[in-house]
Amino acid sequence: MSKRRVIPGFGMSLGFSITWLSLIILIPLAALFIKAAGLGWEEWRELLGSPQVIAAAKLTFGASAAAATVSAVLGLLVTWVLVRYEFPGRRLLDAMIDLPFALPTAVAGITLCAIYAPNGWLGEILASLGIQAAYNWLGVFIALTFIGFPFVVRTLQPVMADMGKEIEEAAATLGAGRWTVFRRVVFPLLVPALITGFTLAFARAIGEYGSVIFISGNLPMKTEILPHLIIIQLEQYNYEAAAAIATGMLVVSFSLLFLINLLQRRIDWQNR
Amino acid sequence: MSVRNVTAESAPVRWLLISAAIGVLGLFLLLPLAAVFVEALRKGWEVFLASLHDEAALSAVKLTLMAALVSVPLNTLFGISAAWAITKFRFKGRSLLLALIDLPFAVSPVIAGLVFVLLFGAKGWFGPWLSEHDIKIIFAFPGIIIATIFITFPFVARELIPLMESQGSDQEEAAVTLGARGWQIFWRVTLPNIKWGLLYGVLLCNARAMGEFGAVSVVSGHIRGKTNTLPLHIEVLYNEYQFSAAFACATLLALLALFTLGIKSVVEQLSGHSSSAKH
Repeated sequence: MSKRRVIPGFGMSLGFSITWLSLIILIPLAALFIKAAGLGWEEWRELLGSPQVIAAAKLTFGASAAAATVSAVLGLLVTWVLVRYEFPGRRLLDAMIDLPFALPTAVAGITLCAIYAPNGWLGEILASLGIQAAYNWLGVFIALTFIGFPFVVRTLQPVMADMGKEIEEAAATLGAGRWTVFRRVVFPLLVPALITGFTLAFARAIGEYGSVIFISGNLPMKTEILPHLIIIQLEQYNYEAAAAIATGMLVVSFSLLFLINLLQRRIDWQNR
Repeated sequence: MSVRNVTAESAPVRWLLISAAIGVLGLFLLLPLAAVFVEALRKGWEVFLASLHDEAALSAVKLTLMAALVSVPLNTLFGISAAWAITKFRFKGRSLLLALIDLPFAVSPVIAGLVFVLLFGAKGWFGPWLSEHDIKIIFAFPGIIIATIFITFPFVARELIPLMESQGSDQEEAAVTLGARGWQIFWRVTLPNIKWGLLYGVLLCNARAMGEFGAVSVVSGHIRGKTNTLPLHIEVLYNEYQFSAAFACATLLALLALFTLGIKSVVEQLSGHSSSAKH
């Protein structure tokens, strides 16, 4: 028997939430999947097998994975310093971490371009070293790292802050050096949060558009990302191709998020 | 005898790690932020102000404000109602609902725009019907609104759900026993408890609404002076090599981002204070 609900408003709040969710998110997404489901096997192969799509998929997934990996490393370093050490400006830097979330992607895009273009602030120095950042895969990677690393910091931070120092002290009394303590005791505790942060950064990077398209230059077969291919197909009113690429991307990102959900549940279960 | 702190790194290591972290944050956060303002003022204040007074820029600002004005209240309403349903009640499908609210985070902005083109575009499902009745959604204001709502959908709910979950329902239940009615409970008991989190959620939602680029770019059609929001106007200027003008408009959005982050810090301090005061 269900307990009588004491607090009012269940029907209204749930009803409105589900209606709004269906209208804005579920029905539109269903439209995309229905469109994609109408495509035959041959069409799928033709649409997703074209050299342009394959090149863009390689760049999108490759640069996203590389950026998420570097984000994980940089995020670990930054979070450690923000949580463990006191230094002037710490609070300001901590508040600034969310800047890539709050800064519109188009602004990030043109700004990164101004910095890394061959005549830009850092681009000039890199160019003199023979490194081309903008209009190259490196530029895509830089933009995706900028977008991704706050995810890692913000997932690691609460875990690291809640971690008691007792186990580290115990390890130290047993004669472990600082590096050993970090490697064998602290790091394993951080791995779940690190994987979650990595996956969030990766999933976000796959779909990222605004901050990438300026610095990438969108050179066909070279620096085109998948979202940009969708735009190109839409401009030619080729809805089928756009829907096919979009469905492929969504399947990957939904699977990724499903996986971290599973991982999270497993960890919760183990910690119980 | 001096006691060595066994859980602290030696001074040189600490110094090295701190400088490395500051270097990373300087390169990825401070340098881009500085670049926006320096590039905007590269040709002086006159060009800067003229770029903001430009007619196309003003109409872009107006459109951006209007889009936010419609989409933010609607998503705020949704956020409050979803958080109420999820945190005050236990029901079947609760965790599914929770997961579905997060869905837009996993959808590329370009795909968010695409789904509405598939529905309402010239060759979309409702396209013929809409053009028969002379209703324009894609390449017009309604399309921009819908795409913005899609993108900013989870923000308020995501901010409120953990907050209301942690506060529990004891106070609301007490209010019921004292004879309070539905809305009375919300206005007098719940809202005062969640006001700071709600404020931050609304501001974050607003920042995203005003800054959205990919989704709006797909549905707007880039009609100058008509369907260009501020981010789209920045793109147009940039592609026309009017760099100073593009960055001048970008400063508006960068200031909005800084304002949002500033409020976040204040809210965190305030809510930290109030929660520690309770104990």
